[in-house]
Amino acid sequence: MADHAHHHEESFVSKFIFSQDHKMISKQFLITAVFMGIVAVMLSIFFRLQLGWPGESFAILETFLGKWAPGGVLDRNAYLALVTIHGTIMVFFVLTGGLSGTFSNLLIPLQIGARDMASGFLNMLSYWFFFVSSVIMIFSLFVEGGAASGGWTVYPPLSALPQAMPGSGMGMTLWLISMVLFVVSSLLGGLNYIVTIINLRTKGMKMTRLPLTIWAFLITAVLGVLSFPVLVSAVVLLLMDRTMGTAFYLSDIFIGGEALDVTGGSPILYQHLFWFLGHPEVYIVLLPALGISSEVIATNARKPIFGYKAMVGSILGIGFLSFIVWGHHMFVTGMNPFLGSVFVFTTLLIAIPSAVKAFNYITTLWQGNLRFTPAMLFSVGLVSTFVTGGLTGIILADSALDVSVHDTYFVVAHFHIVMGMSAIFGMLAGVYHWFPKMFGRMMNTKLGFVHFWITIISGYGVFFPMHFVGIAGAPRRYYDYSAFEYLDFVMDLQPVISVFAIVGALGQLFFLFNFFYSMFRGQVAVQNPWRSNTLEWTTPVEHVHGNWPGALPEVHRWAYDYSNPAHEEDFVSQITPAIPGEEIH
Amino acid sequence: MKLLILLVVVIGLVAIVQLAKVYQLTSSLRARREEDISEADNRLNGGLFLAFMVLFYASVIWLVVRYGDYALPSASLHGEAVDTLMGFNLAIIFAVFFLVNTLLFWFSAKYYYRPERKARFFAHDNRLELVWTVIPSIVLAVIIAYGLSTWNQMTGAPAEDALRVEIYSKQFDWTARYPGNDGEFGLSNYNLITPTNPLGIVTAEGLEASMSEVEKSIAKLEKELKHERGHLLKEQLELEAMLHGGDHHGDHADHGHGVDHAAVEARLHEIETLLEDESSLTILTEAAYEAKEDKLNRLKRHRQRLLEISEFNYDGGLSAWAAGNDDQIVKGEFHLPVGREVEMVFRSRDVIHSAYMPQFRAQMNTVPGVPTRFKMTPTITTDSMRYITGDENFDYVLLCNKVCGAAHFNMEMKIVVETQEEYDAWIKEQKEYLVKEESEEAPAETADLEGTTDKTTASL
Ligand SMILES: [Cu+2]
Ligand SMILES: [Cu+2]
Repeated sequence: MADHAHHHEESFVSKFIFSQDHKMISKQFLITAVFMGIVAVMLSIFFRLQLGWPGESFAILETFLGKWAPGGVLDRNAYLALVTIHGTIMVFFVLTGGLSGTFSNLLIPLQIGARDMASGFLNMLSYWFFFVSSVIMIFSLFVEGGAASGGWTVYPPLSALPQAMPGSGMGMTLWLISMVLFVVSSLLGGLNYIVTIINLRTKGMKMTRLPLTIWAFLITAVLGVLSFPVLVSAVVLLLMDRTMGTAFYLSDIFIGGEALDVTGGSPILYQHLFWFLGHPEVYIVLLPALGISSEVIATNARKPIFGYKAMVGSILGIGFLSFIVWGHHMFVTGMNPFLGSVFVFTTLLIAIPSAVKAFNYITTLWQGNLRFTPAMLFSVGLVSTFVTGGLTGIILADSALDVSVHDTYFVVAHFHIVMGMSAIFGMLAGVYHWFPKMFGRMMNTKLGFVHFWITIISGYGVFFPMHFVGIAGAPRRYYDYSAFEYLDFVMDLQPVISVFAIVGALGQLFFLFNFFYSMFRGQVAVQNPWRSNTLEWTTPVEHVHGNWPGALPEVHRWAYDYSNPAHEEDFVSQITPAIPGEEIH
Repeated sequence: MKLLILLVVVIGLVAIVQLAKVYQLTSSLRARREEDISEADNRLNGGLFLAFMVLFYASVIWLVVRYGDYALPSASLHGEAVDTLMGFNLAIIFAVFFLVNTLLFWFSAKYYYRPERKARFFAHDNRLELVWTVIPSIVLAVIIAYGLSTWNQMTGAPAEDALRVEIYSKQFDWTARYPGNDGEFGLSNYNLITPTNPLGIVTAEGLEASMSEVEKSIAKLEKELKHERGHLLKEQLELEAMLHGGDHHGDHADHGHGVDHAAVEARLHEIETLLEDESSLTILTEAAYEAKEDKLNRLKRHRQRLLEISEFNYDGGLSAWAAGNDDQIVKGEFHLPVGREVEMVFRSRDVIHSAYMPQFRAQMNTVPGVPTRFKMTPTITTDSMRYITGDENFDYVLLCNKVCGAAHFNMEMKIVVETQEEYDAWIKEQKEYLVKEESEEAPAETADLEGTTDKTTASL
């Protein structure tokens, strides 16, 4: 049936492996990210067992970790490695590569009316760099000495000196190499997204008519292109300190019974470089999720997203501000207090566009006609986690308060809710919503419901109590807290947190099953199942090369004409021309 | 526990099989379109949002009641201000948290899909948007102003008469140093660190000791390398070839002529005697030999740096170098007088650590190569705090809050706050640096007994 679209039979390799088609690349990103996500969640369960029941023996640990968990008790170096790789995979491979890679690739051409990305070849390279970098990161778990163990931020000197800990050996080198490849992938992808959005919009698709997803992907790509190169510099200098005897980050160090031949470097320099990426990274993770939820909420509330211009403005504002706030991660590094004040000011400013976004979401729900698809459930959940997690950021941004909760569980609670849960919710919303577009089949909605309710309950169950553990003064990345009497009282929360974590992880089986099973056995999708306005739903269910079999669609209106009183239906596709007398956005 | 895990896995597998059945049942068999969410399902999910909200709020309130009050009363002057600021911020945060989540879940429950209804077309409203731009801005302005005033108060210059204490970190313990009678810390330099001078305090004696230590190591390594059997044999062969080399290879003729036969023969003779003394011969693999050579080079550079220190600073053992003589070094616990401002200076030996004193609301990273500072005034003595908490074993702690290696979680030091008199008596008891000559690891190590120290020593 699709033979008119396929002049030439594509080989298996060029269609499924070295594909240059954005839809296929998007699926490749998604499946790789799902796999990485499974690994990262498993790692977290392993260390949650230790934290919940310190020193107790778990056969499962020995089964999976072998010599890292002798007698079923997690080794303390292994604990740090697990924490580190869990964070790295989640932040970079799942929520950056996975989220942007999947949805920017899928939606940018489809929603702006383009036949493909500006450069299919670079796009393919982007995926393969991502793939190789993922493989190296996973492989680093198995090398002598174990994976990198200094936390996902890998601060030197700890990460620079192999004699400082076993994880700073081979595992650390692989971590750094993997990260360089990852950044290459991000840059190739990001440049492509920007160029495509700027140049390949179809007729009538003015910037002011772009769906919010595209705005979010655009700003995300800009943030990535501007900040990731700085991470590469940081990482390359660290590699040089490790291998070539340079001392960018090292000075006056005595370790392993020896005074090292290093002077004049500064470990703090690394932190400046790292967080110059690291903070925008938070929004690289978050913005696509917010973009996705805007789209999903508008579609399923059957209402225009409230305050489109304000939403775009707040994305731009957040994007800009995210470059001048990185110092809030460094209030206790001995930074000049006045400089600290500046970062307090800029950081708290971000709360304003964030508040605008939150209230706009809520107003979108008000007097809507809410259809609770699994995607919609996750999007509503996202608004909750975005607000709940964002609010505690106010405390961490306030330097005077940060001093007492810096690097405690309070921080862990904050960023897991605002960035972890929100971004995962956004990603899952995206998967449920665009699954029919990606695979031509529907996911099972009932399983989706169960998945959502387990996930939000266990997610909050894991992370909300951590605020209290943190305020009581419990440092993060501790293997065992039993030596500290003053923490005994809050430590009875640890097993509770671990139980929620295990339940939450098992709850993801509902998703995994649904995801893979539906791919082959799901109900065959119709063209526009959610009765949505955007262009991707005007393409045929069966994928064709070039997206639209005939001419490219022409756009006549914005993406949010839901329940427009001038129209009978509660949605008006972007390709519908103005009816006589209609004033059009 | 093992059984429990096994059970969970089995249940998981059963669940997957069941899922497949549910899947078939809910979609294919009933011939329902997946995208058509029934009204019952919409109502159910909306209702679940409300139920979730109630459950969520109940848990939050339970957590607040049970754990919210837990953070101990602040034991420092600025800590009281910090706690007030924290209370103020938390009040705002909780208010917004409840407001926004309530609106969100309430609307979700109220406006679930009904086919006969049409949503209200409401695309924007400038006044409303202005409201939720301006109100947060005002609230934030207050938060910023209040926060920064507390911050400035915390970070201002320390009082002239503040007590100064140096806190020194290394994997995996803390050391405190008091400046002694002269009120001045001796200079310190990481090149001078030895087991008897754990902080690398610069004194004429210390420098000499380090120098002799380094010289000793250099001599030992040089000896080992000089007596390495394989290398001696190899050199012997080469030298012999050199002596007779010219005859066989035309190319090497020039070299052959240039050879100082006498010197070569002398060296050959030397090698022979070395080889004869079998007891002093060392046998090393090539890799080990190279590692030792590297180490030797590093030691020589270390010696060079020590020479530079002595040339650069030394003016006859007086002035700055003398300040270290009366410094007092303590481990395990350190004492502070109540009510007196203390300026803490932080240094680190190896990696970044963070000196975290939760009860004082104080924290500062310790960074190798970059000294950092933090000032505070303890307000409650340990004894009073024991009375307040009703826990007679209560102690203030200093612990590490920047991941620093395997025993990061076990890196603590006790802080004792006491009256000025008690403190005076205690500090008098502490030996002055140059008087005491005991090894660094001598006093009972507080925390890292279980095999962590081996990690630091066994690296080369
Ligand atoms: Cu940040
Ligand atoms: Cu430490």
